[in-house]
Amino acid sequence: MSGNESNANQGSGNTRGSLLPKKWIPLLVTAVVFVLLFASASMRFEGFASMYVVADLFSENAFLGITAIGMTFVILSGGIDLSVGSVIGFTSILVASLITDYGMSPWIVWAIALTLGTTLGAAMGTLIHVYRLPAFLVTLGGLFFARGMAFHVKPEAVQIDHPVYDRLGDVAIPIGGGAELGIPPLIFLSLFVIALVVAHYTRFGRNVYAIGGDEESAVLMGLPVGKTKILVYTVNGFLSALAGITMTLYMDSGNPINATALELDAIAVVVIGGTLLTGGVGYVAGTLLGLLIYATIYQVTFFASLRSSLATIAIGMLLLGFIVLQKVVHRD
Amino acid sequence: MTESNQNAEVNRTSSNAFGKVMGSRILWPLVSLVVVLVFNAIFIPSFFTIEVRDGAFYGSLIDVVNRGSIGIILALGMTLVIATGGVDLSVGSVMAISGAVAALILTETDLGMWGLLPSVLLVALLAGLMNGVLVAYLQIQPIIATLILMVSGRGIAKFITGEKIITIGDESHNYYFDFIGKGHLFGLPFTVTLFAVLFLLTCLLVRATSLGLFIESVGANETASRASGIADRRIKIAVYIFAAFCAVIAGLIDCSNINAADTMNAGVFTELDAIFAVVVGGTSLTGGRFSLTGSLIGAILLQTLMTTLYTYGVPSDVAPVPKSLVIIAVCLLQSPVFRSKARRLVGRGATA
Repeated sequence: MSGNESNANQGSGNTRGSLLPKKWIPLLVTAVVFVLLFASASMRFEGFASMYVVADLFSENAFLGITAIGMTFVILSGGIDLSVGSVIGFTSILVASLITDYGMSPWIVWAIALTLGTTLGAAMGTLIHVYRLPAFLVTLGGLFFARGMAFHVKPEAVQIDHPVYDRLGDVAIPIGGGAELGIPPLIFLSLFVIALVVAHYTRFGRNVYAIGGDEESAVLMGLPVGKTKILVYTVNGFLSALAGITMTLYMDSGNPINATALELDAIAVVVIGGTLLTGGVGYVAGTLLGLLIYATIYQVTFFASLRSSLATIAIGMLLLGFIVLQKVVHRD
Repeated sequence: MTESNQNAEVNRTSSNAFGKVMGSRILWPLVSLVVVLVFNAIFIPSFFTIEVRDGAFYGSLIDVVNRGSIGIILALGMTLVIATGGVDLSVGSVMAISGAVAALILTETDLGMWGLLPSVLLVALLAGLMNGVLVAYLQIQPIIATLILMVSGRGIAKFITGEKIITIGDESHNYYFDFIGKGHLFGLPFTVTLFAVLFLLTCLLVRATSLGLFIESVGANETASRASGIADRRIKIAVYIFAAFCAVIAGLIDCSNINAADTMNAGVFTELDAIFAVVVGGTSLTGGRFSLTGSLIGAILLQTLMTTLYTYGVPSDVAPVPKSLVIIAVCLLQSPVFRSKARRLVGRGATA
């Protein structure tokens, strides 16, 4: 498949791209930025280049990674989903409240939460596709809705104290150097592998790329545009709910204000990972690199005991840099 | 598609005057506002009570225009941005920066308003320039271009205040600054005068000159506008600067109101309120024709709705739920696809 794509690229008269396909440049830059960032941080701070830090990069941001995978597909299809942070917050408080206040089994609660998240995603996808409403407006509505519902469930944080959570919390897989990965990063990494396969080796993945590249052409080619678009938002709703559950596993609590403005971080991670915001171009693998860069920046501010607002500014600047880079690379 | 066109054609010829009223973009928001007010008149009689204390008016209605002032002012700037086919997501973060700068100048320096006003105006200029240049010259989609400032802007605001809430205490109290958010003029909160003056000036600026026409032209067809000699890029930069200007004013109101710069919460979600006010007010997100009056009504409608919910004891954290449903409903009503489907349904009902 990738061979076909690069052939098509060369066929469109792009002589410069014969050595290095244009669409790989942002991904390559992302990889270089990550290596430089991590290497310079390792030289500057003692103990940075350890498996503990690597494990931390994954553990602390597993929920962001999970929702960023869904966001990658949404952005690849040419859309945007601003509701993910709120859905995560809603899921976390719903799960915590149902387990602690109502004594329900976590497995049933998780099933309920995943169903609700998926339903909300499907509803937003339907509004966007069937009624041609702008995606950012509909998902903005979703953002309001889910955040309001989160506070409706319970206006304050709820602790989770359940044997299932204790048992899952004990699971840890050693990755060498004395560091271990718990359940949340394992969920993220397995989803990452699944997403890689789905994006590059399935019909659904190819349809997403085709729609993001040129929706009208996709319609003319007879691709199931409506079904695919709705499915993309549905999957993202599911993944956001899963990210919310992962968050409760990581924190052993739920809070209605969890993950406020996380949608912006998710978009930033996807864009820094080299995915084109206009859709059609990008890699799931890039999103992993984007997440690692994001996580490393926060680790650096922690190691250097800088203010975390500096990390926010740095990520904003990085976002700006990558968007401008995309413009320059893809200028026709 | 052709069928619905014919339908529209028939409608237009059969009842021209009726169609004109129905087609007016401010009709629906106005009707909704009246409905909410009538509902309140019946179920919450106290809603319309206005008391006079110390020569100033108090009551729910006054509350609506006072609390709504931030939304109204933001909506003015947002209307012009949306009319050019753009959108500005950064206004909430710019509000936070404005409040942070104002609080810092009042607490750390003796400059007072003379230092404060030029500084926040500079903030507006820089923020608007950044958004405008990204959109106009680098041709980045407005959602994304302004997203950058939305993300980093809050970081900048937090950095300015040192990640804590700066309280404007007694020793740094400034009469004029206090007046912005809490003063009364002509018996009404000063914020009312502020948004009324801004509204009138904006209307004058865009309707008494050809500026409004240029803005609509850029939003309707950028290439054609450029071909006919309109400096589309400068127009775009100008509207983003204007939106940022409105945002810093709103930021000052917010900061003066609570007597502190709370960068975590200042202006959060206000960009969404402003966008919704504009869309509810009948300005299309695709750009082109705009209505400042519509946005004004849209913003007041949203605030009335919120105040009504609070009166019913809905916690302010839960209020976004009904708000989002109203917003999606209004968007559906404005969607051509939904309209033609509904029309077909109604038509079938009439013939059967």
